[in-house]
Amino acid sequence: MHNSQAVVAEQFDDRVQQHEAASLGMWIFLATEIMFFGGLFTGYTVYRNLYTTAFETGSHLLNARIGALNTAILIASSLTMALAVHSAQTGKRAKLIFFIISTMCLGAAFLLIKFFFEWTHDYAEGFVPGLHFTYAGPHASHVALFMCFYFIMTGVHALHMVAGEGVLTVLLIMAWRGRFNQERYNAIEMMGLYWHFVDIVWIFLFPLLYLLGARF
Amino acid sequence: MSSQEIAIEPKLNYLNCDYSIKSWLLTTDHKRIAWLYMMAITFFFTVGGIAATLMRLNLLEPQGLLVEPETYNKLFSIHGIIMVFFFLVPSIPAVMGNFLLPMMLGARDVAFPKLNLLSWYIFMTGGSLVLYTVIAGGVDTGWTFYTPLSTLYLNTHVMAAAGGVFIAGFSSILTGLNFVVTIHKMRAPGLTWFRLPLFVWAMYAASIIFIIGTPVIAISLFLIVVERIFHVGIFDPSLGGDPILFQHLFWFYSHPAVYVMILPSMGVISELITAFSRKRIFGYHFVAFSSVAIAAIGFLVWGHHMFISGQSVYAGLVFSALSMAVAIPSAVKVFNWTATLYKGSISYEAPMLYALGFIGLFTIGGLTGLYLATTGLDQHVHDTYFVIAHFHYIMVGGAVMGYLGGIHYWWPKMTGRLYPDGWARVAAIIVFVGFNLTFFPQFILGYLGMPRRYAVYPPEFHTLNVISTAGASILGLGYVIPLIYLAWSLRYGPIAGPNPWKATGLEWTTSSPPPTHNFEETPIVTEEPYRYDRLAEEIHVA
Repeated sequence: MHNSQAVVAEQFDDRVQQHEAASLGMWIFLATEIMFFGGLFTGYTVYRNLYTTAFETGSHLLNARIGALNTAILIASSLTMALAVHSAQTGKRAKLIFFIISTMCLGAAFLLIKFFFEWTHDYAEGFVPGLHFTYAGPHASHVALFMCFYFIMTGVHALHMVAGEGVLTVLLIMAWRGRFNQERYNAIEMMGLYWHFVDIVWIFLFPLLYLLGARF
Repeated sequence: MSSQEIAIEPKLNYLNCDYSIKSWLLTTDHKRIAWLYMMAITFFFTVGGIAATLMRLNLLEPQGLLVEPETYNKLFSIHGIIMVFFFLVPSIPAVMGNFLLPMMLGARDVAFPKLNLLSWYIFMTGGSLVLYTVIAGGVDTGWTFYTPLSTLYLNTHVMAAAGGVFIAGFSSILTGLNFVVTIHKMRAPGLTWFRLPLFVWAMYAASIIFIIGTPVIAISLFLIVVERIFHVGIFDPSLGGDPILFQHLFWFYSHPAVYVMILPSMGVISELITAFSRKRIFGYHFVAFSSVAIAAIGFLVWGHHMFISGQSVYAGLVFSALSMAVAIPSAVKVFNWTATLYKGSISYEAPMLYALGFIGLFTIGGLTGLYLATTGLDQHVHDTYFVIAHFHYIMVGGAVMGYLGGIHYWWPKMTGRLYPDGWARVAAIIVFVGFNLTFFPQFILGYLGMPRRYAVYPPEFHTLNVISTAGASILGLGYVIPLIYLAWSLRYGPIAGPNPWKATGLEWTTSSPPPTHNFEETPIVTEEPYRYDRLAEEIHVA
């Protein structure tokens, strides 16, 4: 079945052109993602500047240790993703499948920790503006603003993770069916770029949200 | 189609290869997707136009002729939202860009044809949501969705409207992405950057704006929806939020969006001016780079919408100076078009009439923009009809004239048929006259102090408003006539042949309508565009 499919799509002249087009397209897509998150980072920066104390207070309500654990998990998943890309380029099917599954497991671990150990906990503590916000310390409304940005930014980030897990599932099935080889690995490589991007967003989110002010 | 016509055009082309509805709705052919977009935006233009008609009718009487003030608020909101996000922004890029870009590059299709089709479906999803808003009772935020009005005070369908615009934004993003990659990677052999038609440069500049600007309005509208659902205070001043922040985020996209509307139109005009004055473009590099300059500087001027919103006076000064700076590349274009006309063999076919109309109207729109970029004068005319007149000169006098000119110019290529040129010229003149009659009085109204977005006005503004409404009805007629004769030409128009205008450009070297893969063989480009000097000699020798 897969052998009958052309390696090069009909609008392209050759593999090189196809590969370059896919790479450029992915990088441009990531640029739009940077602008998308950029709006959130801008808003965060403005309010952090206005309400520095409240934002530090808010930050201290978060669990930095779990955040650090999740950061480590995500960096590890970037490693397995990079290894998956390498396995695809060198045509090693078994390794490719192994590393895709590893990446998916690490991503799932991140999401589960995020959801069950952080957000659920935050909800119970009453840190969720609009749903359950009972924090009554100083600057409560500004702490709520911090929490707004915390949930929106980590929420949008988590949505990107979920989307990534979905695409990885598709790629896993394709890899299982032997759709990738040394000549055809574009999809894996592009997924790699996306996954690293989502990882890097977290690398910015973690210190901005969890590590404000003196803590340890 | 009669048997005689089949005998004349036996060739398989992108239109007659398959007639099934499925072949249209699942097409990945950039030319068919262009048609899908054209149908959609013509529909949206009609809806937005009906809203405008009702507004103008209401303003026939100082106390309001037709509707309640609340209804009037909904009319101008839906007019703005639909015309900006569902007609002007996609108009030239999604219709002519889709149709022409691969052909001008000598490519078989855009880089990502499936993504291209997906863009259309995303666009239609967003559009459906906005249409739902209209049917369900409307939205009255204005097209600007300003907070806290949109988040705290209104109970109309703000979320559906904002959601529709949010979704349609991804269609813009994907179209821009597709075009940039196509221009970078799909050019025919020999087609270097400085051999590209200026339309391609304009599309490139517009695509950059799509890519960088659109995600920011997406996130701003997303925040509005979050604020409305969860009643949190991201932009609510009583909870520490900052409404000005929303305005910054909104205009960071929405001012460059103006250039998304005008840049492609400028690209069309560059093609038309050269083709109908039979001359090479004057100052190719200047015209090309002025597109890029407009896109670049255009990202740094958004604050001129906020001179009286509470932005710092120093920020205002910087934004004022940068806004003035955009006038430079814009003027470069106008001067180069004028210099191209100089000593050209000018003919006045319908597309050329639109192009000439564009130059005049865009110049007026651009120069009045300088009034608004001046912080002091803007205090006086801010939020008045002066602003309305200014941006309609850019968007209707500029963008829509360019769109209509382009449609007329490339219609024979798209359909293989010629339209009746006499009717087309009449329509072009009616549009020009009707447009000026509609919007020039609004400059005066605004300068005299009539604020925008009011259903009623003092009696002393009556005469000018009546003139404006009269002009609008003429303008409306000018838009209906092309619909009729273009539809007529689909069946009864004379066969166009590959190059009815004797124009240069790769799109004219293939048959009309083009085959599915555009060219029989990949063309090889050996010279710069617009060699009308050489073309004229060839015609003479022949």
